[in-house]
Amino acid sequence: MAKDRKKIDFKKMEELPPMVMSLRSMAANPTGSWRNLKPVIDLSQCIQCTICWKFCPDAAIDWIDDNPVINLDFCKGCGICAEECPKKCIEMIKEGK
Amino acid sequence: MKKVMMGNHAISYGATLSRVQVIAAYPITPQTQVVELLSEIVADQKLKAEFIKVESEHSAMAACIGASSAGARAFTATSAQGLALMHELLHWAAGARLPIVMANINRAMAPPWTIWSDQNDSLSQRDTGWMQFYCQSNQEVLDSVIIAYKVAEKVLMPVMIILDAFSLSHTYESVDIPDQALVDKYLPPFDYKYKLDVQNPHTYGGLTTPEWYMEFRIKMHEAMDQALVEIKKEAVAFKKVFGRYYDTVDPYMVDDAETVLVTSGTAASTARYAVDQLRAKGNKVGNLRMRVLRPFPFADVREQLKNAKKVIIVDRDISYGYHGIWAQEVKSALYGHSQVPVWNFIAGLGGRDIFPETFYDIIAQVGKKKKPDQELYWVEVKK
Ligand code: SF4
Ligand code: SF4
Repeated sequence: MAKDRKKIDFKKMEELPPMVMSLRSMAANPTGSWRNLKPVIDLSQCIQCTICWKFCPDAAIDWIDDNPVINLDFCKGCGICAEECPKKCIEMIKEGK
Repeated sequence: MKKVMMGNHAISYGATLSRVQVIAAYPITPQTQVVELLSEIVADQKLKAEFIKVESEHSAMAACIGASSAGARAFTATSAQGLALMHELLHWAAGARLPIVMANINRAMAPPWTIWSDQNDSLSQRDTGWMQFYCQSNQEVLDSVIIAYKVAEKVLMPVMIILDAFSLSHTYESVDIPDQALVDKYLPPFDYKYKLDVQNPHTYGGLTTPEWYMEFRIKMHEAMDQALVEIKKEAVAFKKVFGRYYDTVDPYMVDDAETVLVTSGTAASTARYAVDQLRAKGNKVGNLRMRVLRPFPFADVREQLKNAKKVIIVDRDISYGYHGIWAQEVKSALYGHSQVPVWNFIAGLGGRDIFPETFYDIIAQVGKKKKPDQELYWVEVKK
């Protein structure tokens, strides 16, 4: 499911689309350091429903080999994935523990 | 085909002839009938469109933004507080460069609660990046919707079609409904190069650092400059097919006028009656009707007012603590180009009628004065 994301790059005015598209500006802005709670998925309980993947507001969950994988470089630890998981198999764990 | 119809329905016919594909709207007086008729037209399958019922004007504009991003021709209509509630999304629609067309029926802002007309609602959205076309007749309303899509889709900026509450919205006039085949030829389907496409996914409107933000704004400004060119081009092109001409400004007996009354909306037709009467008594008066607020037609305004000895701007709106809003606009266009003295009168707020007598009163107040002695004047108010 994970597709290679295109980046639209521009160096000159003529290359600008009318509105900003696929700038990937957040890719250069790792927000993982904001986190004080870390989501941990118990894959043995996971039913691969993709709900966490869809709900993550930071697109910090990748879908790799049919499983959700949290990208901790970007996950802000908001807990939405854990809240929405129908199997309750995502646990929010205090960072540093 | 000619039909007698109210301004609200002229909008609905304009949208239908433009073959809009998505209509999202929330009812508000006096706009309600625009979408009421459109919902019937869609339900009767005379127009192939999605009619989305929403829970607020904010959502109506959000739905139009989504639809337009997906490449659909999107339409909505509103008034007053409803327009104010859309404010955030008006910026979004323009910033995202979406050619949405919306009709706004000019209604005064509350409080005090009111349903009658003045222009403060649309004029307070001046800086959102929407083009604004002010209409004077129901025919112009219908035609302007069609022209608006043509211009909007060329330059990728949204357009607001504006008409006075009641004196157009609920007033019946004879309107020529253009032939659908001619409209289809004039306005081909919307083909949006940057539309949402599941085969070619993109994110839109993402975080943009100071490195590029300004350049996107320059692009918007350039699009507005281009829009001015397109409006004038389409005025000619539309006339060729439909016989009616809509420029940025609409002059009446301005060439040899010593005094020019500058108005917008329906006040112009009353002003023209007053001009005829005043001229019969030897008073050389003319009327300049402002049709387009954005993009502002600097050159046309300067050209039309170049012979005037006195300019009187009659505003049906006010920027509290400043001037009327049209007065600010026209004055700034004249600054450095003309020495003509400019008077600003505020009339007809909250639906108070503007009569020919209103203009006689204004002309009498200016009288033989060489220049204004106040920033603005109120007309026909209680003492
Ligand atoms: S905690 Fe929040 S940011 Fe992190 S993966 Fe879950 S939903 Fe995404
Ligand atoms: S929401 Fe829960 S069950 Fe569904 S894919 Fe994510 S972790 Fe697995």
